[in-house]
Amino acid sequence: MNLWLPKTAAGKRWLGLAPSYFVIGIFMLVPMIIMGVFSFLEPNPYGGVKPVGSVAAYVKLFFEYDLEDQLVFNPGYINIIFRSFQLSTGATLLCLIIGFPVAYYITLLPENRRNLYIYLITIPFWTNLLIRTFAWIIILGRGGVIETPLLAAGIIEDSLRMMYTDGAIAIGLTYSYLPLMVLPIYASLEKIDFRLLEAASDLYATRLEVMTKVVIPLCKPGIIAGCILVFIPCLGAFIAPNLLGGGKKLMLGSLVQFQFASARNWPFGAALSMLLLSAVVIMLIFYARSARKRADMEGSG
Amino acid sequence: MNAPVAQSSNARNGKKMLPVGHYRGLGAWTVGFFIFLYLPIVVLIFYSFNSNRMVMNWGGFGLEWYIKAFQNDDIQKAVWNSLIVATIATIFATAIATIGALVLARGGNFRGKTISLGLITLPLMVPEIVTAVAVLIFFSAIGLNWGLGNVIIAHITFCIPFAFMPIRARLEGMDTSLEQAARDLYASEWETFRFVTVPLLMPGIVAGAMLAFVISMDDFIITLMVGGAGSTTLPVYIYSMIRRGLTPEINAVSTVLLLVSVAIVSAYWIVSKNSDTDTVH
Repeated sequence: MNLWLPKTAAGKRWLGLAPSYFVIGIFMLVPMIIMGVFSFLEPNPYGGVKPVGSVAAYVKLFFEYDLEDQLVFNPGYINIIFRSFQLSTGATLLCLIIGFPVAYYITLLPENRRNLYIYLITIPFWTNLLIRTFAWIIILGRGGVIETPLLAAGIIEDSLRMMYTDGAIAIGLTYSYLPLMVLPIYASLEKIDFRLLEAASDLYATRLEVMTKVVIPLCKPGIIAGCILVFIPCLGAFIAPNLLGGGKKLMLGSLVQFQFASARNWPFGAALSMLLLSAVVIMLIFYARSARKRADMEGSG
Repeated sequence: MNAPVAQSSNARNGKKMLPVGHYRGLGAWTVGFFIFLYLPIVVLIFYSFNSNRMVMNWGGFGLEWYIKAFQNDDIQKAVWNSLIVATIATIFATAIATIGALVLARGGNFRGKTISLGLITLPLMVPEIVTAVAVLIFFSAIGLNWGLGNVIIAHITFCIPFAFMPIRARLEGMDTSLEQAARDLYASEWETFRFVTVPLLMPGIVAGAMLAFVISMDDFIITLMVGGAGSTTLPVYIYSMIRRGLTPEINAVSTVLLLVSVAIVSAYWIVSKNSDTDTVH
């Protein structure tokens, strides 16, 4: 058995990369392009599409047909999209507020303990998200871990009705993606030269000023990376809105799933996915730009 | 718990109680953070020992739901499917990621390197639901209907970057002097690769395979969308259980799945920690 192997370095390179290109190209890139095409076709009532060009899927985002077949503005889907952005922003901010002090605290620890803390932060992240979100039903739900002791102690008289609210979804999202905020912030805090803080303090900066004028600007790349890493999966989240929002309080991700599983409007689902994808692309471009700008500044300064 | 850990900059100013850069309450905040992070996991495990039919009504300690879960044929079938998918996906994804990483870490600078890196990490950047929809549409467009095979293909695709990252990290930390020595001692290119590079790279490959396996075992959304009736994996089955009603059986199955993930990730942690110390420099 004689394998034909290319002799040149470039040939070998591409041979080594070929499987990655083949698999990710065929089963990820091509499907996304087909998805884009599908969003401009007409739906087949039994799922799938008819090969007829149409922008109906995108029109449906804003308008619906009333009884007289007239296009009228329909804010329903726009509201869901708006809610998704709102909840994702809220969850991202919560992650930042909860996560930043923790990342900072870990940086102050000696190295062996730091690794232990990082390990403890990553562990939940590798366990099943569905299961961890399900656990929140037991915590927040009627007769759950929070309510039962409060009811027994007579502090509350009726159920707090925490489930199936925006708050429950926000908690679920925050919980899901918190490690993605802490880890990049920690990575950039770790690189800070702590003598700078002392220098600032010697120059009469208050504790608050040391934090706001030295630490935070220096770890800004980590903060931005963390925010993007949290915001993107929040926007496409399916599990938290479905389990904790009860499936009635939809978000973009669950709306997409609904179009394929129940509503059988594939072009509309594809159009919503395209919307989600463009939001992600815009954010990544913004991130790449700010990273480049910073690199330029560091290069010239 | 707000006692700060001594840093190089302590006791500079006797009047200040905390060294520069330390803030009050950080320790307590961190404790609260870990409670928030682990509370659901603890609650989940605790209620798996509930004897009652309803998860939230405590009916005494018992293992009956574990027994019930082990005897449930549907769960057994779902576990089987999960293991088949994760094993095959791990083997393929790790092999593909290894040769890709070898090229990208050792191939020097070449045109298309950044794009290749972007392509390999693409599944990490695209929201899962979008990947799921795109793959579903693709399979339906080409009429591919291999049941579990469809799920396996999707899993190979999104596991590649997870296998890739630790392997590349290992390669970048690896010294090439041993390989050069082997070449100087008349080992052929293949022998050098087989007997020097691969053993040195092994911890990275093992770590990458472990991550790929965990990611595949835990995946839910993509499998839910892509998988048909016969290809229910464990997470998808757990989801259907949650929708049918909350019994401690869900907790029991979930606890087992959780412990498997934690065991694998802990093993990964140990492997990568050891490989940090034995890397030849």
